[in-house]
Amino acid sequence: MIPAQFEYVRAASADEAVALLGEHGDEAKLLAGGHSLLPLMKLRLAAPSVLIDVGRLRDLSYVSDGGDHVAIGALTRHHDVQRSSLLQSSMPLLPYVAGLVGDPQVRHRGTIGGSLAHGDPASDLPAAILALGGTLVIQGPGGAREVAATDFFRGFLETALGPDELLTEIRVPKMGGAGWSYQKFNRRAQDWAIVGVAAVGAQAGGGVALVNMASVPVRAASVEQAVASGASVQDAAASAAEGLDPPGDLNASPEFRRHLATVLVRRALEEVASPR
Amino acid sequence: MSILGTRVLRTEDPKFLTVGGMYTADLRIDGAAHATYVRSSMAHARIRSIDVEAARSAPGVVDVFTAADIDLVPAVGGMGMMPPAMGRPYLASGTVRFVGEPVAVIVTEERAQGEDAAELVMVDYDPLPPVVDPETSQARDTLLFPEHGSNVAFGIETLAAMGLLGPDPRTTPDEHLFDGCEVVVRQRIVNRRVAPCPLEVRAAAARWEPDGRLTFWSSNQTPHGVRNALAAVYGLPPEQVHVITPDVGGGFGAKIGSYPEEVLVPWLARRLGRPVAWTETRSESMVGLGHGRAQVQFAELGGSRDGRIEAYRLTVVQDSGAYPDTGAFLPMMTRAMLPGVYDIARQECIPVSVVTNTTPVQAYRGAGRPEAAAAIERMFDVYADEIGMDPAELRRRNLIPGNVFPFTTPQGSTYDSGDYEGALDRVLEAAGYGELRAEQQRRHQAGGPVRMGIGLSVYVEITGPAGPSEYGAVEVLPDGRARVRTGTSPHGQGHATSFAMIVSDQTGIPVDHIDLIHGDTDLVPRGEGTMGSRSLQKGGVAVRDATAGLLERARELAANLLEASPEDIVVDTATGRLHVAGTPTAGRTWAELAEAAADDGGLAAEADSVPTGPTYPFGAHIAVVDVDTETGKVVLRRMVAVDDAGRILNPMLVEGQVHGGLAQGIAQALLEEVRYDDDGNPMTTNLADYTFVSAAELPSFETVHMETPTPSNVLGAKGIGESGSIGSTPAVQNAVVDALSDLGVRHIDMPTTPERVWAAIREVRQ
Amino acid sequence: MMINGSRQEHEVEPRQLLVQFIRESAGLTGTNIGCDTSSCGACTVLLEGESVKSCTLLAAQADGASITTIEGLAGADGTLHPVQQAFHENHGLQCGYCTPGMVMAAVSLIEENPSLDEAAVREGLEGNLCRCTGYHNIVKAVLAAAGAGA
Repeated sequence: MIPAQFEYVRAASADEAVALLGEHGDEAKLLAGGHSLLPLMKLRLAAPSVLIDVGRLRDLSYVSDGGDHVAIGALTRHHDVQRSSLLQSSMPLLPYVAGLVGDPQVRHRGTIGGSLAHGDPASDLPAAILALGGTLVIQGPGGAREVAATDFFRGFLETALGPDELLTEIRVPKMGGAGWSYQKFNRRAQDWAIVGVAAVGAQAGGGVALVNMASVPVRAASVEQAVASGASVQDAAASAAEGLDPPGDLNASPEFRRHLATVLVRRALEEVASPR
Repeated sequence: MSILGTRVLRTEDPKFLTVGGMYTADLRIDGAAHATYVRSSMAHARIRSIDVEAARSAPGVVDVFTAADIDLVPAVGGMGMMPPAMGRPYLASGTVRFVGEPVAVIVTEERAQGEDAAELVMVDYDPLPPVVDPETSQARDTLLFPEHGSNVAFGIETLAAMGLLGPDPRTTPDEHLFDGCEVVVRQRIVNRRVAPCPLEVRAAAARWEPDGRLTFWSSNQTPHGVRNALAAVYGLPPEQVHVITPDVGGGFGAKIGSYPEEVLVPWLARRLGRPVAWTETRSESMVGLGHGRAQVQFAELGGSRDGRIEAYRLTVVQDSGAYPDTGAFLPMMTRAMLPGVYDIARQECIPVSVVTNTTPVQAYRGAGRPEAAAAIERMFDVYADEIGMDPAELRRRNLIPGNVFPFTTPQGSTYDSGDYEGALDRVLEAAGYGELRAEQQRRHQAGGPVRMGIGLSVYVEITGPAGPSEYGAVEVLPDGRARVRTGTSPHGQGHATSFAMIVSDQTGIPVDHIDLIHGDTDLVPRGEGTMGSRSLQKGGVAVRDATAGLLERARELAANLLEASPEDIVVDTATGRLHVAGTPTAGRTWAELAEAAADDGGLAAEADSVPTGPTYPFGAHIAVVDVDTETGKVVLRRMVAVDDAGRILNPMLVEGQVHGGLAQGIAQALLEEVRYDDDGNPMTTNLADYTFVSAAELPSFETVHMETPTPSNVLGAKGIGESGSIGSTPAVQNAVVDALSDLGVRHIDMPTTPERVWAAIREVRQ
Repeated sequence: MMINGSRQEHEVEPRQLLVQFIRESAGLTGTNIGCDTSSCGACTVLLEGESVKSCTLLAAQADGASITTIEGLAGADGTLHPVQQAFHENHGLQCGYCTPGMVMAAVSLIEENPSLDEAAVREGLEGNLCRCTGYHNIVKAVLAAAGAGA
């Protein structure tokens, strides 16, 4: 219930955060909203010896119009993503998904950057960013670099972020009025998705991404290809689980997850196609 | 007009809403050290060694103890009925028998240091084969208690030997039970293990006073029971033990009696010469606090093709967990309520309780009776489906009629009063049953993946089991306030308000001028606590009796002061004044009378309510669900509950109890289950993994009050506390199956998770 | 930090959670701990007026912030906040353990959502668990408070 002891330092800037990460190496973790990290530390499933608090870097919390895309600061809270009128008008999938993360208290603290950097395949936002074809801006000791969302999630809870790097911004192309859907299947409202599907229409790239169907957030490549080649919604959805090895856990067996994926992909594609 | 039967807002509320309750973990005890238990990570193993040296020298550690250090007589657990060989040690001694069993205890200056030091305790285990399945536990080669010779902790033979089987003393099945039945339906039913999850986990603290008395605080439902148990263990006269249950954040049966972790706290305090406080984490509570239910049942129901039920047999295997305690006894309550509301000619219930390498099972809201209702209500639907009869009609044809009460069942339960047909009629009407079936027909015909289900249950249950009386006392003070003492132990039920209403009704003293004292064995001489929905029918009656005694004393006093005779003194409850009949000006207020009595023993009275037999509240519930056949997800659309617990004292409090019970019963049907893997590792050890129901999964409830008074007590009241959790589980489960019965699904075990529903549909579609 | 308008300054270990700071350092025990997985919401307080689970923040993260707990909700003269009043009038509490967190979550929910219906209240309280009430009266209380211009 109480984390193991650690040292706490506060970074006053992104540069300082990067420097501190370099200084402490593997022993350090970044603390943003803390709603992915602190629960793990309280159960002593994680025990970093240094926490670098970046939660006060207000200049990393923003939603700004970049013309054909929107730039979202990594420390923008789910609550603010949910309520951003710019996001609601330019890419409604994203604020909708942000509004489904956790509960209102979690959304007052959790950040989009924190969620993406944690990279949990059971999280909602990674799938949304994947479906939207976003780009992640990373700052390291050598400066900034960009990584496409499709290249960002490398393994279970492992992302392209190096140990001395900080996620600073997420750039997401505007949806241009494309249809969209987010299907979150769970047993209780506050639960992680047992299986989730984020989908956008062709005008926004036709991305379909899956939650909790693999050890990483993934795009449903077979589905995207099927749709792109003109297959019916039914046929496209049937291939939802192709090439994937979904986990089995308390909430569902791998077999049930495969089945759910086909149903939820079908429903997502149907919703994408229907006018709002 | 009497205040009884009206909605009086709770006098308890202001404190809870402004500063919060004072729960055991909120107490600041000067100089207290903190205890942290180290718990077994193995389900079944011999302990080769425990190395506490590293822990002992960790920062802030005062000391570390294992079983070898504890010189304390064993507490009498298992209701005094379980095999002594299966007694539970305070700390695991030689063998651990469930994941979570305490194996060592660390005392530290600060609580967090205890968590740190616990990681340094090294236990060397020699694994033993885990026994996780109660059905195979009976046949297993692996015995949890080799000296006992079997894994059977308790069974009908024990009750038979004690002469407690009632009119039906058979202990083996009658192979002719179903002779002559045109139809017999059989079904294996799992009444799955759940976790009570009160929001407040367990906590306790102990301090030895300079005069040798022990002060003990605990989050508990039975302060006097705890006092007596501690007195026995510590070799003290009960008056030397002072137990205080501050505000308690829920119990639901799991906080009846004391756990080893709690009983040890005074030992630690005595050994270390300073107070010791303990509170567990939720993760500890999920494996350390007693679990509920956990029965595997085999039910057989037989009768005629036109719906006359003639025979019913229920075989029960009760999973007791690793150390048999209350949970092992509960199938006897299931047996006691076997036929529910039905008049069935031939009945049989043969239960057996076995041990497994899991958390010990305790009482949980309903405690044995939900299991009985869930079984028979499920079977009535199975039978109705078999013969193609509407489930409500089948029930109607077999209900115990309203004119035969008191009615004694073959197991010896004498139902005091009931109107089962009335309850059925009321719930059908309240739910609009005919329209619901019509809607269901339309939707079935229209097709579509989401199917509508309607589920029904008619239940009866037993509350306030026969036993000791209950203590009540009332005193009026010179400032005009009244002070009530009760041996009940409320933890949310609102006794302060309801008992104040009783006193106010008889005296005219306003409810908000009346305070309730409970949960302190120095301030209340005796009591049985709060459980089994007993408090109003025992504790409320005691308060009423005490108030009657108070009135007598008051009349004598007033008579003296007013130079009249006591028979001429009337109590004007509208003004809170006693005066000579016919002469309102010749009177005294309660304050004046208390003032006058101040030097003469005060104005007070006490009573021990006359022991009365149990009462039998009943009701009928209807659940309406939507089942998504593509995903298996079940959404509860409506929950209609008709409940009758006799005369209602405060309908607002009654509704609150029903709501709480409904939520727990629905949760067991749809969401909650404690899970273990094949090695006995618990898989649902926190509130993220254990799907504790939230507001988002429930609808608002439609509750209907019925009042069929009981002749059992002067208040005409039965107990309402557990009814909600008894009727709702089968109603919801039946609704889910009803949605799919057209497809050929006949039964789905609780909780009806999406995967279970999906699997059931797949099975019939193949 | 400021808690209920009073300055609280204490030296703490980095690992001290905000809920411990509130309960132990500031001595305000109204806020309760009900779980260890951020699931139950019993520890909910307002941080800069927004509901947060104080068990999932380090005290250090709240350094310099303004916190409101249940003890700080009623008026200085004791007048109950509309949400407190509504919980009382609608029997929205039984054992009281979830109540402080539930009330603070409700205050924030109403403040941020001008037009709440039953479904929105139930969704909005998804992170606050109660075992006693079955939520029925809590939902009624929140809707009543919202209607009363809380």
